[in-house]
Parts: sequence; structure tokens; C-alpha cells
Amino acid sequence: MTRRVLKGSFITFIMILVYAPIVSMILFSFNANKSFTRFGGFSLRWYSELFNHREMMQAVLVTIIVAVVSTIISTIIGTLAAIGLSRQRKVIRNLTLTATNIPIINPEIITAISLFVLFGMLYLPSGYLTIILAHVAFSTPYVIITVYPKVRSLDPNLADAAADLGANPFQTLTKVILPQLRVAIIAGAAIAFTMSFDDFVISYFVTIGSGVSNISTYLYTLKRGMDPKVNALSALIFLVIGLKVTYDYFIGGPRKARREKLRG
Amino acid sequence: MEEVKVTPRKKRRRFLNAAIISPYYLILFALILIPIVIMVVYSFTKGESRNLFQVSFTLENYISFFQTRDYMYAMQRSIWLALLTTVASLLIGYPLAYFISQTKPRTQGLLILLISAPMWINLVIRTIALKQIIDITIPSILGTNTAMVIGLVNVFLPFMVLPIYTVLLKIDQGLIEAATDLGASRFKAFIKVTLPLSIPGIMSGILMVFLPAATTLVIPKYLGNNVFLIGNLIERVSILSGNIGYGSAIAIVLSIIMMALIFIVRRVDRFKEVEDD
Repeated sequence: MTRRVLKGSFITFIMILVYAPIVSMILFSFNANKSFTRFGGFSLRWYSELFNHREMMQAVLVTIIVAVVSTIISTIIGTLAAIGLSRQRKVIRNLTLTATNIPIINPEIITAISLFVLFGMLYLPSGYLTIILAHVAFSTPYVIITVYPKVRSLDPNLADAAADLGANPFQTLTKVILPQLRVAIIAGAAIAFTMSFDDFVISYFVTIGSGVSNISTYLYTLKRGMDPKVNALSALIFLVIGLKVTYDYFIGGPRKARREKLRG
Repeated sequence: MEEVKVTPRKKRRRFLNAAIISPYYLILFALILIPIVIMVVYSFTKGESRNLFQVSFTLENYISFFQTRDYMYAMQRSIWLALLTTVASLLIGYPLAYFISQTKPRTQGLLILLISAPMWINLVIRTIALKQIIDITIPSILGTNTAMVIGLVNVFLPFMVLPIYTVLLKIDQGLIEAATDLGASRFKAFIKVTLPLSIPGIMSGILMVFLPAATTLVIPKYLGNNVFLIGNLIERVSILSGNIGYGSAIAIVLSIIMMALIFIVRRVDRFKEVEDD
């Protein structure tokens, strides 16, 4: 019994440490005064200032645009590559998969400086183009490693059967292969989106001096460093992530499990 | 092997296959592999010339890096902090993963969700949140190694807990029962059975914490009062002073150290597996 209490308190204690900064930030986003250390009563002042702050809203918009565009591109390219790879000769397949792991294993700052050097050499002006290219470059490998195992587990006879029954390759792809990969493609896209939405280091290196900033680079280059509006913005981001995670736990997860059980 | 006839259908399929992978190969070469090659070439060139065909080979960037005391100190301090972070994450993360794996399945799901949820949050935002709470509770530690390690552990703990938890779940409980039935105490069963079997999880946890912890840019800026670590050094040299050759050289030294570490950890891991079999 005491053993169980001890274990329980250890888990609780660590969870409190992990969540304390987040909870405190949410609390201070409702602070009536400008202080980060003293709570001066409840107010929505920072939220209204946030929504009226052009630069911060612009950074949010850029983050979303870049995440959406790079997710669409990397999901399409990554999924097609995963399908193609599974039918590739073994040597080429293994080489490609090893190369695909490079940006995943590499510390972000290495990827960042390598892209910085590339774009510099090509005289590509930093901005939307460079940030989207960079995000496609680091998220496509994640889509591939998420979708590829699922492609390998598909029954190749189904594609052959479709072809025998007169489907052209495009129909086979869209009517037979892609529907079976749906769950894996969505998972890959979710990873790509999160990676892009949260990215700081790579975005910072490829947009420096361009005036295009996402949330991370905007906050990092903020002159005074601290701004109560940041708390309001962060609290909103916590809310979105909290809702997503809760949905997965109570609705999405169980439903998916049930669906999978039904399928056998 | 029998000779396989290449039918027109097969030929067409091969062509289509190449067509659907080609966009990825374009990305792989143009945006992943070639940039690394260019970075290596630049690291051996001097000055700010961007023209790859006018380069002259020199080791100057590397020599200068190894001879600049401040830079070597930044490198050492980064590695030291990452090491402390890895050890602290292991000491906290292992028991955490172990205790979680012993709760009811439904509780496990919830706890793992709570552990992994912060990973979805932007690192800059989490670090600012950490700075604020340290400001409220113990402002005197801001700027010290302690503050940075606390921050790093807070941010990277999930990367230690998740792989360990995953291997712990896979351990056959029958083995532990067998050990206790044969007279081992619970502690001894843990040391002799559970711990050795969880080494693959520990190893991937170590890599997943050490690598980002050693190269972080954000934590030192907010929790270390702009202290100079290796990530910030690369940032300063290549972006702020525009010396990309020098920045590339530092990045390459860093990746060689990281690759050596991955290699060592994998070796330990493999050795262990062989021993277990």
C-alpha cells in the first residue's frame, strides 16, 4: 500500500513540475497588469491587445500558411515516394531509406545551416519560398517513415487484381492503394504539420532578415524578449493542443480502436 | 535464378514507379544531400565567397575553431550540459516510465498522453513559460547551468520516458514471475531481468535527449541569459557575422561528435543484445 502511494506521489510530483510552467503562463495571460511575477487581478486585456497586434497576428498567419502548404506538398510527395519505394529494387530502396533518415537523425541546426548555405549560394532571397522549401525538406522524410511501413504491409495482389480487372494505374492508385493507406497518410500529415508549426531553428536560419517570421522566430527575435501578449498567444495554442489531445483520447482514439477491431 | 521476361506491362509499371518517386528524389538530392555536400565544401574554404568553383582548399576554419578558447569552452559546456540533462532525465524518466507501466491500462493511457502532450507545443513558447516560472519561484538561478538543466530536462523528458515505457511494456511478465518464483527478491528480479531487458529503450532515450540538448539555441537564450553555447555560436558566426565557412566547420565538428556518440551507443546496444541471446 505505501509502495503504491509512493509511486503515485512520484508520478504526480513530476507531472506537476512538467505542467507548472504551462499552467502559470495561462494564469498570467489573464493578468490585469504587465507583471510576469505578480498577479494583479483578472482581465482579458492581453487577449484583446494580441488580436489588435498586427505583427503577432501576421506571424500566426505565416505559421499557418507555411504549415498548410508544406504539409500538403510533403504529404503528397512522401506518400507517392513510399508507394514507389516499396516496389523499388532492394539496394536502391535501402539506400534511399538510409538517406531519408539523415535529416531525422541530424541535429536541426545542421539541417538549418546546410539549407542556409544552399540558399545563400543560389542567391535565393529568403522569405516564403525558402521557408516552404525548407519545411518540405524536413517533413517529407517523416511522412515517408510513417507511411512506408503501412505500404509494406499491403497485399500486392490487390493492386494486381485491380489491374487485371481493367483499372488503369491511376485508378489502381486512387481506388485501391490510397484508401488502404488513409490512416497512415493522416498520421504522416499530422506529424508534418506539427513539425512545421513548431519549427524554430530551421525557419530562423532560412528567413533571417526577410521580414517573414513564424511564431517561433518572431518570439525569438522580439526586442525586449518578454511581452504579456505572448502569454495570451501561448494560452490559445495550449487550448488548441489540449482540445486535440482530449479529442484523441476520448473520441478519436476509442473510435479508431473500435474501427480497427471491427476490421479484425 | 530463372530469367524473368520483361513484359510491356512490367516495363510501364517500372516507368510509372520511377515517375512517382522522382519528386522525392528531387527533394532528397536538392534539399537534403547536396546542401550537406556544399556545407562540407564551404567548411574548407576561406572568406565569404559564395562561388563553389572559386574555392581554395584550407583548413583554416577548423584550426581557428580549435584554437579559439572561447569556442572550445562553448563546445565543452554544451556537451557537459547535455550530459547532465541526459543523466537527470534518465534518473527521473526511468522510474517514471516504470511506475507508469505498473498502473492500470486506462491510467497508463492517460499518463502517457499527459507526458507526450507538451511535445506538441512550440519549444520557444515552452521555454518562455519556463523562464517566467523560474522568475516567480527562484529567480536567482537564471543564467546558471542549474536553470538550463532544469529547462532542458523539462523539455526533453518525454523523449526519455516514451522509449523506455515502450520497451517495459513489451517485457514478458512471465520472466519476472519466474525469477521471483526461483527465489529472487523483487529488487533482484528488477536488477537481473527488467533492467537489462529495458536497455534498448534507455539507449534510444539517451540519444533522443542528448542530441537536441547539446545543440539547443533556445534554452541558453532564455534560461542562460544569452550564454554562449555551441548552437548560439553557429548562429552568431554564420548568420550574424556572415562567415558561412566558419559556421559550416563548427557544424561539421559538431555532427562528427554526434555521429561518434550514436555509433558508440548503438555498439553498446548491439553488444547487449548479443549477450542477452
